[in-house]
Amino acid sequence: MTGRILRTIYGAAVVFFLIAPILAILPLAFTDSIFLSYPINGFSDRWFRELVANETWSRSIVNSLIIATSATILSTSIGTLAALGLRGDRVPLAGLLRTGFILPMVVPPVVLGVGMQILFVKVGLASSYLGVIVAHSVLCVPFVVVTVSASLAGIDPAIERAASSLGASRTRTFREITLPLALPGVVSGAVFAFATSLDEVILTLFVAGPNQRTLARQMFSTIRENISPAVAAAALLLIVGTLVLAVLGAVLRHRQARPADTA
Amino acid sequence: MNAAGLRSAALVLPLVLFLGVFFFWPLATMLTTAVSDDAVGKAFPTTAAALSSWDGAVPPDAAIQTAVATDLRVIEDRSVLGDAVRRLNSAVPGFRSLITKTYRTVRQNDDAPVDLTAIDAQWGDPAVWRGFARAVPPYTDRNLLAAVDLQRDAEGDIRQVGEAASANRIIMVRTFVIAASVTALCAAIGLPYAMLIAGAGGWVRTLLLLAVLLPLWTSLLVRTAAWVVLLQNNGLVNGFLQTIGLIDHPLPLIFNRAGVVIAMTHVLLPFMVLPIYSVLLTIPSNLMPAAATLGANPLRAFRHVLFPLVLPGLMSGSLLVFMVALGYYITPALVGGAEDQMISSVIAFYATGTANWGMAAALGIILLAATLALYAVYGRFSRTPPGFGV
Repeated sequence: MTGRILRTIYGAAVVFFLIAPILAILPLAFTDSIFLSYPINGFSDRWFRELVANETWSRSIVNSLIIATSATILSTSIGTLAALGLRGDRVPLAGLLRTGFILPMVVPPVVLGVGMQILFVKVGLASSYLGVIVAHSVLCVPFVVVTVSASLAGIDPAIERAASSLGASRTRTFREITLPLALPGVVSGAVFAFATSLDEVILTLFVAGPNQRTLARQMFSTIRENISPAVAAAALLLIVGTLVLAVLGAVLRHRQARPADTA
Repeated sequence: MNAAGLRSAALVLPLVLFLGVFFFWPLATMLTTAVSDDAVGKAFPTTAAALSSWDGAVPPDAAIQTAVATDLRVIEDRSVLGDAVRRLNSAVPGFRSLITKTYRTVRQNDDAPVDLTAIDAQWGDPAVWRGFARAVPPYTDRNLLAAVDLQRDAEGDIRQVGEAASANRIIMVRTFVIAASVTALCAAIGLPYAMLIAGAGGWVRTLLLLAVLLPLWTSLLVRTAAWVVLLQNNGLVNGFLQTIGLIDHPLPLIFNRAGVVIAMTHVLLPFMVLPIYSVLLTIPSNLMPAAATLGANPLRAFRHVLFPLVLPGLMSGSLLVFMVALGYYITPALVGGAEDQMISSVIAFYATGTANWGMAAALGIILLAATLALYAVYGRFSRTPPGFGV
C-alpha cells in the first residue's frame, strides 16, 4: 500500500517537473508589466502587439516562415527520394549511406556551424537566405529519411506485387499503391522538418546575417540581453504553431491512412 | 549493378550530393582550417622554398637572406603581408617591427645585395630564424596543441602552456562534469519513471508517456526561457520557497551550475526515459512476480532479474544523453554563468567573438571526435537512431 502511494507521488512529481515549467511561462505572455516574472498584476495584449508592431520581431516571424517552409520543401523532397532509393537495400553501401544520412543529427551543431561559417564565406552563401535554408535542411533531412523509411518498411511488398501482377505499370504501382501508403511518413517527416527549422538557433547564429534573423534567433538574443515578456508571447505563438502543425499532420495522416486500411 | 539498383542509386544521389556539399564539406573545411597555416607561406613564397634547405646556421647563407628581401620587394598586397606579420609576431615577439624596418630598407635600394644583419641586428638571433622556418610550412599542429593547452617551445619541443594560459583543459573537464552530472540525474529520475510507465496501464500510462513526449515536441527555446522564469531571483521557485518560509532571501539558482544542470536534465530526460521504456516493453511482466514467489525480496528481484535486463536500455539512454549534453550550447548560454560555459560556448566564442577560426576548428575537432566515438558505442547498444520521438 505504501509502495503504491510512493509510486503515485513519484510519478506525479516527475510529471510536474516535466510539464509545469512549460505551462509556467505561458500566462506571462498576457502580462502588462515589462518584466518577465510573476506576479501578473494586470492582463494585456501589449506583447502580442509588440510582436506585430516591432520591426525586429515581425521581420523575424516572416523570416522564420520563409526559411522553415523552404527548408521543409527541400529536405522533404530529397529525403523522401533517398528513403525510396534505400528501400530494399539495392544500392551499394546502403548501410553506410543510412548512417551518413543520420549523422547531421549526431554532429554537435556548433561544430557544423563553424564549418559552415568558414565554407559559406568562401562560396558566397554567408548572410543569405539560401545559406540559412540549406543549413536548416541539413538538420531536417535525417528526420525525413527516418520517418519515410519507417513508413516504407511497413508496406507489405505483396500489395505492390499484386498490383503489378494485375497489369499495373511500375509508375502506376508507385503512384497508386506505394506513394499513398508512404504518405503518412512523408507528412510526419515534413512536420518534423518544419518544427526543426522553426526551433533552430545555432546554425542560424553562424550563417545568417542580420537580415535573416529568425524568430528562434530573436528569442535567443532577447532572453540573453533584455528578458522581456515578448519572449513569452513568442513562446505561446511557437507552441500554438507546433500544436496546429501536429494536429494537422495527424489529421492528414489519418485521412491518407484510411484508403490504405481498406486496400 | 542491375536496373533496379541503378534506379535506387539515382533516387539516393540528390541527398548524397546535398549532404556531401553542405554537411561533409563544411566539416572537412573545419578540419583543414584547424591545421592550415598558410599566412606566412603565401607572403614569403621564395623564402619558404629557400628555408626548406636551411642547414640551421645563423645567420643563414646569402641565398636565404636574399629570398627574404626578394619577397619583401615584390609583395603588393598589404593585407597578405599583414596576416603573415601577425602570424610571425605571435611566434616571435618583435617580428613586426623587424619586418617593418627590413621592408622599408630593402624597398629603398632595389637591387643591392642584402645583408639582413646589417639592417637589424635581430636577424642574427637564432630564435627569429627558427620561428620563421617553423611558420613557413602550410600546415601546423599549433591549434591542435593549443586546444589541449600544449605549445612548442623555441626548440620545437612540446611543452605545457603556463598555468595562467591553460584554459581549455579546465573547460573540457567542466564540460565532462556537467554532462556526467546531467546523465546521472537523468538516469536516477528516468529509470524509476520508465518502470512506472511500463507498470501502469490504461490512461495512466498514456498520461505518463504524454508527459515525456510533450516537452520533446516543445521548442527548446521555450523550455529554456521557462527555466529562466522559474529560476530567476524573483522567479517562481524562489517565490514559493519564500512563501512557505523555507528561506528568507532568494537562493541563487540561475547563472550558476545548479541552474544549468536542472534545465539540461529537464530537456534531456525524455532521451533517457524512452530507450529504457522501449526495453522494458520487451521484458515479460511475470518475471518479477516469479522472482518474488521464489523468495526474493523486491530489491533483490530488481537487482538480479530486472536490472540486468534493463541495462541495455539504460546504457543507450545514458550514452544518448551524455553525447547530446557534451555539445550543448543554448541552455548553458542562457541559464549558466561565466563559470558554467561548456566547450561549445568556447568554440562559438573563438569563431564569432574573436574570429580565431583555427582555434575554433581545433576545439571543434575534439568535440566532434568525442561525439562520434560515443555514437559508435551507442550504435552497438541500440538499433534505433537518436531521433527519438520520431
